[in-house]
This record gives sequence, structure tokens and C-alpha cells, in this order.
Amino acid sequence: MNFGLYLLQRLALIVPVLFGLTLLTFTLSHIVPGDPALLAAGPAATPQMVEQIRQEFGLDDPLPIQYANYLKGLVTGDWGRSILSRRPVTADLKVFWPATLELVLAAMAIAVAIGIPLGVISAVAHDRWPDHASRVFALMGVSVPAFWLALLLQWFIALRIDFMPIGGRIDTQIGPPDHFTGLYVIDSILARDFTALKSALIHLALPAFTLSMAPLATVTRMTRSSMLDILGQDYMRTARAKGLAERTVLLRHGLRNAFIPTLTMIGLSLGWLMGGSVLVETIFDWPGIGLYAVKSALTLDFMPIMGITFVYGVVFSLINLLVDVLYAFVDPRIRYT
Amino acid sequence: MTTRRAWNARAASGAVAVQEVLTAPTVRSTLWKRRWRRFKQNRLSLIGAVIIIFLVLVAIVGPFFAPYPEDARGAVHIADRLRPPSREHLMGTDEVGRDILSRLLIGSRLSLGAALVILTMATTIGLTLGMISGFFGGRVDTLVQRLTDVFLTVPPLILAMAVSAALGPSLINVVWAISLVWWPGYCRLTRAEVLHKKQEVFVEAARAIGAPIHRIILRHVLPNILTPVVVKATMDVGFAVLTLASLGFIGLGAQPPDPDWGRMIADGRRYLPESWWLTLFPGMAIFLSVFGFNILGDGIRDVFDPRSRD
Repeated sequence: MNFGLYLLQRLALIVPVLFGLTLLTFTLSHIVPGDPALLAAGPAATPQMVEQIRQEFGLDDPLPIQYANYLKGLVTGDWGRSILSRRPVTADLKVFWPATLELVLAAMAIAVAIGIPLGVISAVAHDRWPDHASRVFALMGVSVPAFWLALLLQWFIALRIDFMPIGGRIDTQIGPPDHFTGLYVIDSILARDFTALKSALIHLALPAFTLSMAPLATVTRMTRSSMLDILGQDYMRTARAKGLAERTVLLRHGLRNAFIPTLTMIGLSLGWLMGGSVLVETIFDWPGIGLYAVKSALTLDFMPIMGITFVYGVVFSLINLLVDVLYAFVDPRIRYT
Repeated sequence: MTTRRAWNARAASGAVAVQEVLTAPTVRSTLWKRRWRRFKQNRLSLIGAVIIIFLVLVAIVGPFFAPYPEDARGAVHIADRLRPPSREHLMGTDEVGRDILSRLLIGSRLSLGAALVILTMATTIGLTLGMISGFFGGRVDTLVQRLTDVFLTVPPLILAMAVSAALGPSLINVVWAISLVWWPGYCRLTRAEVLHKKQEVFVEAARAIGAPIHRIILRHVLPNILTPVVVKATMDVGFAVLTLASLGFIGLGAQPPDPDWGRMIADGRRYLPESWWLTLFPGMAIFLSVFGFNILGDGIRDVFDPRSRD
């Protein structure tokens, strides 16, 4: 089967899943106790205002019609309004999404940069102390509550070192760099604004480090176990026998092949990270989707929650697809079927 | 478990299926001995077992040893507020003067108990749907699998947060919410195992002698797929405790004055950095439980599934 057709087929499979997801969140939003119109109108509203909102949002329509309207809105870009921010959900998501993306990517970069070397070292030092130490470290990494670690880091580092901020994305006096991608680090590089870059990086450091703990552990373990598999392969012996440097053997012949399972892990962890970022964003006051989700959940503001879960659903499905496609580039033996 | 004699009697009467021969008492006991030996070899798993036994004991008898049991709920001692750790209050007191150690001890029942309920519910739903899906196949299978896809496509914490917010913040609702987002993993696993076991000779034999379908599922398939499910559940207890604490921290778990570990951290946070004990000790309790369950689960998986042993 050719690649285009495969891609099309996979994309088509995402549609029913997303459909199911909207049905789930729509149901959830309707079991919330209380009158949504009353909630949206605010405490000071007159009965007429409440009635007007009820009419405007079609809250008196039968549920199937409300659901159909919701789906129509979803397709045409009208995702409803947030009660809290009083803005369209899509506008909110556009503002908050880059912040979460920046945090998640930074955390993953840290996890890969430390986890892969650590995994290779543990595999080479199989069953000796570096291996045991990395195992304990990995298990601790997945066990530590992110919100607690975040608080400890604030307490031990941010409050003790003058230039370390305890929250936010950038110094308020510096302000965000010109908007291009919405990722401050990249935008400030593009704008050659190095004061902004420095500020963005030090703001990113602690939240990204906290968030990296869980994927760091999984990346390390995954790299270790697939490296161990590969160290015993014939082609590794061949590579050594023909006199290649140990470094070349490990990196070119070993790690390259060990990378496939790790790649899956990285892909799957990205989805988990977006969930985990909720807590880290709450502590470091990071203005991303996670913080938005928490605020909306606590105020029973369900339009944003439906929008957020939908975005996560889309992103997660696409990441899974991307991982599968990347396989074939890393390992030419894999064919699309 | 069948005793040796009862088993012999049944064997003599010919009422023993193939897999019962394989799991006959003597065979089973050496198998368990071998598993125990392998488990013992891993020092880390032993440490995990010790931590977990300790925590379970704490949850069972700890509340009786709590120095100030009335502090687990809404007691207020303003004169004693924010006292640092001392001989009277080993872990200090919180913002209304309640003893933190007492609250942690009594809260352990809440956290571990809730995690246990979550896993029981999630495995029950997952096992049931997974067996139906794997055994009957066809349209039912497709439907169940698409359903698991829906749940697996959103980060569990986000979905659990949405569900428990919709149901209203309380311990029971948060337990429901986490169970609801947790079953798909077990469903997938069960289905895969059922598809595998369905092909085995003993199932075919049971079919051939005309055993009714519920008997085949309950007596022949279920006992054979239980091990991987239980192993996965053991490995997941830690994550259940962690998710529970996270939702508690956000404010969606057990409501004050109940001593929820996550909630205690959220409340203590406002008194950092001066009154660090409000945040440090509940966090250590969560970390210790999750860490204990994770290393224990790791060891148990090694024992039951030697292939996973890197």
C-alpha cells in the first residue's frame, strides 16, 4: 500500500474516536449540577438576563439538537465562550497553547538529553553500580509527586537564588518577544532579543525540570533495555571485530537501533506530559492550557473543558500517527500496511 | 486452594481438566517457591515489600496510635498553630493547630483505601469488557475497542479532572472518576490475553465436551488470564495513589476537614517557606507510598514475566 493511502486511512480512523470524545465531554457537561445559564449570567443577573442567555445558547433545545449544534460549532470554529475569561474558547486556547507546548517540549528535551546517555551507561554497566543507581533514580523519578517536587524546588532554589523566578513565563518588565510561534524561547531567538531569551530560559528552567522527571525515568529505562538487547547482537560483535572504536560501535551501531522503542516511549510520554503539566503549571503560575483547565474545572466552566479535551484528543491522535510514520524513517524494514 | 487429597479424589474420578493438571498443588507450590526465590534476589523489590507492609500496617493500626486522633477532622487549636516539629508534635502543626502526624496516619487509610477501591473497580470493568470483547469478537469487539480508544486519547489526569469536577468534588466522586479513566488499559490487556488463550487446547476441549459458555469463560479462561492483570494492577497502585493525591491537591478529592494527603500540601503551600513542615511531610508520605508500590510492582513483574526482565 502506498504511503498517502495509509496516511489517509489512519486519519480517517481518528474521526470516530474524536466523535466519541465529544459525546463523552458533552454528556459530562450536562450532568454538572446547577443551571448553566445561571452560572454564565453571573450572580448579579436579573431573571430576564438569564432567560436571554438561555435563548442565546439554545439551552432549552432538546439534548440531541444541542449536541448537533455543538458539533456544528466545533467544525465551524465556534467552540463556545468561557464564563471565566468571557472570551471565545478558541481565542483562549490560542493564547494558552504555545505556553504548554513550550513547557512540554522543554521537559522532553531535558528528558532525552539526560535519559538517553544515562540509559546507554546503565546498559554498558549492566548489573554494576551505575546500573543500580540509575534504576533507583528512575523509579524515584516516576514516584515523586510533580506538584510536591515543584514546591520543593521553589523553596530550595527560587527563594534562595535572587535571579530565579518562582513563576510566570518572562519578566514582566521585559515582556514577551514579538509573536511568531508563541514559544518565547524561539521567538526571542528569532527576534535576536537576548535579554528576553535569558529571561524566558530562566523562567522555563524549574517547571521544565520538574516536568521532565517522569519521562526522564521512562526514557532511561527504555534506552537501557533496548540497548541491552542490541549489545548481544552479532552485528555488534562484527563491528568490534573489524576494529571500530568502542564509541562508534555503541553510538552508530547500538544506539541507532536501540532508538526505535525509545521513540515510541517519547511519543507516548508527550501525551502524558500534557496531562502532567496541569500540576506544574498550577504551581509555577505558567499561563498554559493546564492552568486554564484547572481554573475551568474548579468553576465548572465546561465549554473550555470540552475544548481542551478535544484539543488534547487531536494532538494525542496525531502524535501516535507521527510516531508510527517516523518508525519507517528510522527502520527501513518497517512497511506501511 | 484445592488440597492435595481433594485434588487426588477429583483426579481419580476423571473430573480434572488439562490446565488443572498443570496447576496441581505440588506443581504449584514449587512454582511459587521458585517465584519467591527470584523475588528475593532483587534487593530493591524486598525493600518495596517492606515499605508496603509497613504502610499497610500504618493504615490498619496507625489511627489507633495517632497522638491526637481528634485532629484528623475539624479540631481547631489556634494557640498551637504553625508549631514547628517538636517532641509534642513530631511533624509540627498546621494552620489551625492540628497535629500533622496524626492527620497523616489517619489519612493513610483514606489514600491507600481509595487507591485499592479504584484498582478493584478499574480491573473489574476492564476484565469484564475485555473478556466480552475478546471472546465474542465481531461488532461487540469493535464497539468496545473504539470505546477504549476514546478514553485513551486524552491524558488520564485531564479526563479524571473533568469527570470529578462534573460530579462535584468529593472522595467518592474522585474514586469514580479515576476508575472510569483507568479501565481501558486492563480491557486491552484482558482482550489480548483472551484472544491468545482462546486458541489453547484446553478451551477447545471444554467446548468439545459441550461446556456452557459462561463456564468456559469463568472456569477455563479467567483463571488463566488473571496473572498478567493482577501484575499490572500491582504496578498501577502507585500511580493510583499519585493521581488521587494530584486531584486532591487541585481540590477535587476528599473535602476538608478530611485529611487528604494532596489537599494537605495544597493548604500548607501558603505557609512556605517559613512553615515548611506543612508541605514536606505529606509529600514524603505520598512519595514513600508511590515509590514502595512502584519498586514492589517492578519486582513482581520480573517474577511473573521473566521476559520483561531487561
